[in-house]
Amino acid sequence: MQQGEERDLREALSAATCRAMHRAVIYLPEDVKRALAQARASESGAVPLGEYENIIKNIEAAERLGVPLCQDTGVPIVYLTLPSRVPYSPALYEAVTEGIRRATTEIPLRPNVVDPLTRHNSGDNTGAGMPAVHVRPGERFAVTVLPKGAGAENVSRITMLLPSQAEKIEEVVVGTMLAAEGRPCPPVVLGVGIGGTFDSAPALAKEALLRPIDRMDAFEQKLCDAVNRLGIGPMGLGGKTTALAVKVKTAACHTASLPVAVNVQCWANRHATVEVDW
Amino acid sequence: MSAKTVRLTTPLGDEVLALKAGDRVELSGTVYTARDEAHLRMQKEGIPFDPKGAVIYHCGPVVKDNRIIAAGPTTSARMNALSGFLLDAGVRGIIGKGGMNATVREQLKGRGVYFAFTGGCAALAASHMTLKGVHFPDLGMAEAVWIIELDRLPLVVGIDPQGNDLFGTVLAGAQRAAGRQGCG
Repeated sequence: MQQGEERDLREALSAATCRAMHRAVIYLPEDVKRALAQARASESGAVPLGEYENIIKNIEAAERLGVPLCQDTGVPIVYLTLPSRVPYSPALYEAVTEGIRRATTEIPLRPNVVDPLTRHNSGDNTGAGMPAVHVRPGERFAVTVLPKGAGAENVSRITMLLPSQAEKIEEVVVGTMLAAEGRPCPPVVLGVGIGGTFDSAPALAKEALLRPIDRMDAFEQKLCDAVNRLGIGPMGLGGKTTALAVKVKTAACHTASLPVAVNVQCWANRHATVEVDW
Repeated sequence: MSAKTVRLTTPLGDEVLALKAGDRVELSGTVYTARDEAHLRMQKEGIPFDPKGAVIYHCGPVVKDNRIIAAGPTTSARMNALSGFLLDAGVRGIIGKGGMNATVREQLKGRGVYFAFTGGCAALAASHMTLKGVHFPDLGMAEAVWIIELDRLPLVVGIDPQGNDLFGTVLAGAQRAAGRQGCG
């Protein structure tokens, strides 16, 4: 790759990352809006209806004012897909990092990224391993961002079940939400990663959040119904919908293992994908 | 459960004693943001504003050019062990999300209320706010004490001064439901 080409690649990827972050923190995906409208229709109590009124007004206010939906603009989780024509190099990571810095100033984002032990805040939402960048092959050169807030991330869980305990998957999912109560800003979306290894199951759970939430297969629906019987409702104030959706992603695992990870996501299931113009 | 909307303006007084869990409130007047770091600092160095009738907002806003851009509530439970001294000093209201524990419920009895504001609704909140100033700016944007003027912020009473607690009731129901499903 020529120097000029690399500069173009960096600029294009950095701009696309910034644009994806801008879209993600201000505009909710349409499937999430549909799921919220459906959840609102399920309620009759004055308290949950008041919560949905605020949520819907907030979505409109963010779009109208061009400001983030939530002040917790999260930590930047980034998925890159590369067609074979795009060279894999450190420049990709540097460009994404630069895009996050730009987004932090331009949108703006709240600076959330700190050193885990000293708690020193970098001020620009970058740090060691942050943004978290996941690269994989794909047909399109695209960047997907999933800004993840702490309220929901903090109540997420990984459980190493035994292969004989498949019937306990529902208990793990429901138990995660019971322990979470109203803290993750329900109605939540639950990403469930089943299989893989101790480290890959939570990654599957997070990727599951990117799938459309206004349709579920029979297994996902069964898990979702079980969570909704808890009655935690919007913001833990009580109601019929505690989870907008449960989305499951699986991977092959060891014959002696059954990892189950639940990544809890708030009602603002923010993510956006932008194609890189290069 | 009541669906009436009560309009209140800070500083709050004995009118809060009539509020019931589930009441909807539109709150106007000055509030002070405070998260973990601000509570610790106020315990150590004193409260930098008049606490009589004051309202604390559990919030770490996005601020740019002296303007509130986004300011939804943070999880109040993190401040469970840090709120007593504020209520003892005369604070009458706490705004946050997710509710607070039995300690705070007791501390609120006969004195004040916990208001729930819808988590994630930071753009809506900002559209009801004007920034007036800041204490402890060295704590950083999320942790500083921001002085904010509210114009009819829509809240719900989560914990009332009689000790009624919407979150506690919902949690007890959730535990019973989980037990029935064998997921306790």
